Amino acid sequence: MPEVVAAVEQAHREEWGRVLATVARLLDGDLATAEECTQEAFEQALRTWGERGIPRSPGAWLTTTARRRALDRVRREAALRTRLPDLVVDEVDDPEEEAAVDVDDRLRLVFTCCHPALAPESRTALTLRLVCGLTTDEIARAFLVPEPTMAARITRAKKKVTAAGIPYRVPSDDELPERLDGVLTVIHLAFTAGHTSPGPELVRADLVARALDLARVLAVLMPDEPEALGLLALLELTDARRAARVDEHGGLVLLEDQDRSLWDREALDRGDALVVRALRLTRPERPPGRFLLQACIAGAHSEAPSWEATDWRATVLLYDRLREVWPSPVVDVNRAVAVAFAEGPEQGLAELDAVADDPALRSWHYLPAARADLLRRLGRREEAAAAYRAALGLVSDGAERAFLRRRLGEVETP
Amino acid sequence: MATRYMFLLYGDESGMADVTPEQWDQMLQAHNAWAESVQAAGATIVSGEALAPSTTSTTVRKTAGTPTVTDGPFAETKEALGGYYTIDCADLDQALALAHTCPIDVVEVRPVIAT
Repeated sequence: MPEVVAAVEQAHREEWGRVLATVARLLDGDLATAEECTQEAFEQALRTWGERGIPRSPGAWLTTTARRRALDRVRREAALRTRLPDLVVDEVDDPEEEAAVDVDDRLRLVFTCCHPALAPESRTALTLRLVCGLTTDEIARAFLVPEPTMAARITRAKKKVTAAGIPYRVPSDDELPERLDGVLTVIHLAFTAGHTSPGPELVRADLVARALDLARVLAVLMPDEPEALGLLALLELTDARRAARVDEHGGLVLLEDQDRSLWDREALDRGDALVVRALRLTRPERPPGRFLLQACIAGAHSEAPSWEATDWRATVLLYDRLREVWPSPVVDVNRAVAVAFAEGPEQGLAELDAVADDPALRSWHYLPAARADLLRRLGRREEAAAAYRAALGLVSDGAERAFLRRRLGEVETP
Repeated sequence: MATRYMFLLYGDESGMADVTPEQWDQMLQAHNAWAESVQAAGATIVSGEALAPSTTSTTVRKTAGTPTVTDGPFAETKEALGGYYTIDCADLDQALALAHTCPIDVVEVRPVIAT
């Protein structure tokens, strides 16, 4: 029955995190068991919906089913241990009460998965598995890790949450800014992994969609946090260019060469509106953070009719602010490129060379690629070719590599 | 339900030999003040000791058949284990907040297995 499968798949995309979050609260933050109960509820949905029809509210049906599974387990365990803690959980489902706690539940789950006591790579993996419902295999492929390695990583992280006593809650106000940054970083990482997939296809649409969903949830749940809005704006503005980023042969098209009529105007409008909303929430004592500033930079590109007509001076100023709140050699490199277009390739090249020795950039192909591009514009073809070769040495495969090869060919032909 | 954590306190021992009695007193006072703040936060210190320098340590190793006894701690690290606390905390967040205020540079926080 294809409509049942489609309904379960849709519910999996939309409801997985919500169901798991509710069950995890019931289980006092036992994520591994919550995951099993949620999985079982979706398996049962495939069977039951086929026999009895698709329920009017799939999310409520799944939550109730997963909750029952969880309660069964708790009772069984309690009986085994003959220890009965306060597990008098009312089974009467009050839909309104459910809706009220539902908000906190998803936030709790996200903050728990992104707890600083977990290794950064585990945070992303755990979030994608538990909040977004991606399978271990999908996550492994997104990060180019063998499936057993990823499975072990996720299992270890879940065990640590329980054994180390990581609380299942949203952090208090004084911890919130730092902890929120951790969550936003994870979502951004998941998006980036999908947006610049290192595999043969340039964009992993599923990862991008899940990251966008999660950023949307966070923006709804934390409407007064400029950085939460800023991240969603950044993702919207970046993803709006998706159709223009790949040519008909699957090759990479740089922002500079993109057909801007292919950009998703609705997504750009959503992103712009979010930037405006977020900027209104900032104050001198609460300046825009790194995600909002990056969204502003993306916005500067999206409103320009062409690459040349971009307000490069404003972009350089935005990079200056970004550098203040988030000093990073990566920001320096991007700023140098903006300087090249605001003031000329020579100035840009000088700025690039000033940061080129940073060891953190050693394996980043974008640095030699950016150098190569500026050298090419200056007509220094031999140096440009050498820089393209250096960049090629740092890219494993995929659309980026094909692009660099093409450019190398251009500067090599007299 | 509280979880018991062991706070393993690490530090550079190189200066320890030259510590004056006044400095030692200051350290003890800092720890006493911290211990009071721990109780005030609602956590309970179960035990705690300061350890003699790792140069006084002897390790008995039984991994390769015959037991061997060697001078020094099990692992050579720049930061040596210098003491510990066991503390009952509400959760890891409370434990980490206390570790932040602990007057020691490096604090490893580990849950104790309930036995």
